[in-house]
Amino acid sequence: MKAFRTMLFMPGNNPGMLASADSLGADSVILDIEDAVAKSEKDAARILVRHSLTDLRPQGVMCVVRINGLETPFWRDDVAAAVAGRADVVLLPKCERPDDLREISACIDAASGGGDGIRLMALVESSRGIENVSAIAASGGRLAGMLLGAEDLTAEMGARRTPEGAEIAYARGRMLMACKACGIAAVDTPFPFVTDMEGLAKDAACAAQFGFSGKALISPHHVHAVKEAFMPTEAQIAWAARVMDTAKAAERDGKGAVSLDGMMIDLPIIKRAERILQMAE
Amino acid sequence: MTQKFLPDLVSALREAGLRDGMTLSFHHHLRNGDFVANMVLEAAAKIGVKGLTIAMSSLFPIHKAMIPHIESGLIAALDTDYMSGPLAQAVSRGILEKPVVFRSHGGRPRAIGEGSLKIDIAIVAAPCVDRYGNINGTQGPSACGSLGYILPDVDHAQKVLAVTDFVSEAALTRVSIPHNRVDHVVVVDRIGDPAGIVSGSISLTRDPLALAIARNAQAVIRASGLLRNGFNYQTGAGGASLAASLFLREDMRRLGLKGGFLLGGITKYMVEMLEEGLFENIFDVQCFDLSSVHSMRDNPRHQEISADTYANPKQKSCCVDFLDAVLLGASEVDTGFNVNVLTDSNGMIIGGSGGHNDAAAGAKLTIIVAPLIRARLPIVVERCTTITTPGRTVDALVTERGVAVNPRRADLIDRLKEAKIPVCSIEELRETALRITGVPKAPARTGKVVGVVEYRDGTIVDKVYGV
Repeated sequence: MKAFRTMLFMPGNNPGMLASADSLGADSVILDIEDAVAKSEKDAARILVRHSLTDLRPQGVMCVVRINGLETPFWRDDVAAAVAGRADVVLLPKCERPDDLREISACIDAASGGGDGIRLMALVESSRGIENVSAIAASGGRLAGMLLGAEDLTAEMGARRTPEGAEIAYARGRMLMACKACGIAAVDTPFPFVTDMEGLAKDAACAAQFGFSGKALISPHHVHAVKEAFMPTEAQIAWAARVMDTAKAAERDGKGAVSLDGMMIDLPIIKRAERILQMAE
Repeated sequence: MTQKFLPDLVSALREAGLRDGMTLSFHHHLRNGDFVANMVLEAAAKIGVKGLTIAMSSLFPIHKAMIPHIESGLIAALDTDYMSGPLAQAVSRGILEKPVVFRSHGGRPRAIGEGSLKIDIAIVAAPCVDRYGNINGTQGPSACGSLGYILPDVDHAQKVLAVTDFVSEAALTRVSIPHNRVDHVVVVDRIGDPAGIVSGSISLTRDPLALAIARNAQAVIRASGLLRNGFNYQTGAGGASLAASLFLREDMRRLGLKGGFLLGGITKYMVEMLEEGLFENIFDVQCFDLSSVHSMRDNPRHQEISADTYANPKQKSCCVDFLDAVLLGASEVDTGFNVNVLTDSNGMIIGGSGGHNDAAAGAKLTIIVAPLIRARLPIVVERCTTITTPGRTVDALVTERGVAVNPRRADLIDRLKEAKIPVCSIEELRETALRITGVPKAPARTGKVVGVVEYRDGTIVDKVYGV
């Protein structure tokens, strides 16, 4: 799950940035062949992304390739490049229906012959996509998580994008619940106001508080602030460790319900403690 | 009393007894805006002397004007701590018969003090002189702040000549060089170009890789156990080094610490830490921007120090010996942790030790910060093209792709591991870089020695070959 904590977008046609993809502290890098790349550059970006994955593969990070959408003539070639580069995840933009994912999945199967281990993420960035998130999240198969794309969504809604993000509260909540219900990662939208570090900290703290698995980023300068927001506090870590110790002792002693500091230690509390310790690693 | 103020440089040099073969010393606080060295050499050319040695603490691109004087025979030798630009390139191509002597900022005052660098006439580029001949660097149109590098020269030279473009009618209350050390003063129109002397403000890098290196370096300092009340620190004014001071500042605020002193070349970011109360003092041998000039002028806790006090290893003590940590750059680091800051990978002269090997020798923790790959070449090499700082004085190399610790510092390796900072060997860092760059071709060089590298204690540690 930690791989979804900070997911940094990088233009697929920028060799310098791709070469430093694993040096910027992000848990995942999203090598982008879609919006960051002009139509005339798609071929070059596809080749560059493939070579960077095979010859200079970023180490210690999850490698995601954002392909072009199903409405374009590019996506099949993009999938072929991602498969050739053994990407960890293919990110499908403008995902609106479970069938969109099935089509991509079939294309990956055809390109790889199956058994490739490549997972999918759905970038949901339209009102139709948001209304269909439950079905998309439940599509199973390769699907590892969903990412909210608030820029396209708010443009379609006619909403004004703000640092506070009230305009995307519903979309965030709806997508989050759909992902939680299906046990897949829920990744929050990037914060678009690049130099507003105070706004970023608040926005990331809000995403962490809601329970998102992580956040996508459009600037390397955002990596550490977002990581920090998703990092449990020392008090939380200490509490979680005590919960786990108490739960283990109870199990060893054959006790059922036990309490810690006056609080009943039951399964939800143990799960929360496990998640805190996992995020703190 | 001799006549203090003289009408022009020719008469002042004559009065100072200029003759063939003498050594004239200069300082570099006016950096690339310095007019003084070039003006003085023009005057010397008019007098017609030959075979001078120019001992200047650093030489910049503006000093390309010395090239014709070398060709004419006016200049026979150079002695410096750093050189860059066309003059450095001309030296690399063999313009001088005698090898340039490259010293450190601490080695230079040591050599002057012990007499191995004997100075006949020290020339002070003086931003402000009063009518008695007192000098400071914080007033006047060419204010540069500290005059620390020329102070040992003034103490030991046979004659001291000040060149200024600003005479204060009132006696100076802040004096760097008192009138009783100054033989003559010449007033000229301009001693320098303010734009080249100090930067209006030095911007922090936005380069995410430099910031990643800076963050890693501060993590090493944090894990070292040295970051506590009284922490003494030096860092450079370049990309990652300067950015690291931001992360240091965050840590000191968070931990509620108060450091001892900040040292070396000073920028506004250090001044801000002083003013915020995060450090007790700044000891300033050179100002890099106007904020630091103004701070030195106005804040008694921001003190000017001489190069002797800064780094002379033969003094009873020097400031670098009290450093807890220093961040330094490199053009190459070899697998023995030796550092090159003098030549580029082609062997061309691009710099020099400055205070590099002094601070490395003195600090409890010396961190080299550098990108693992620069201009498509690995920063880690098997053997440095030129060694300026011996590996025994370097504790860690911090790059964007990992931290390598000198095996001599097993204690530091343990501390970093305890702090969960991944440590690799320097050979592993080299392998990582080579996987990306391939093995570069060795540079071609001539057999001619164009420079000798003198370590701070006077021993010769390497030679510089022509290219």
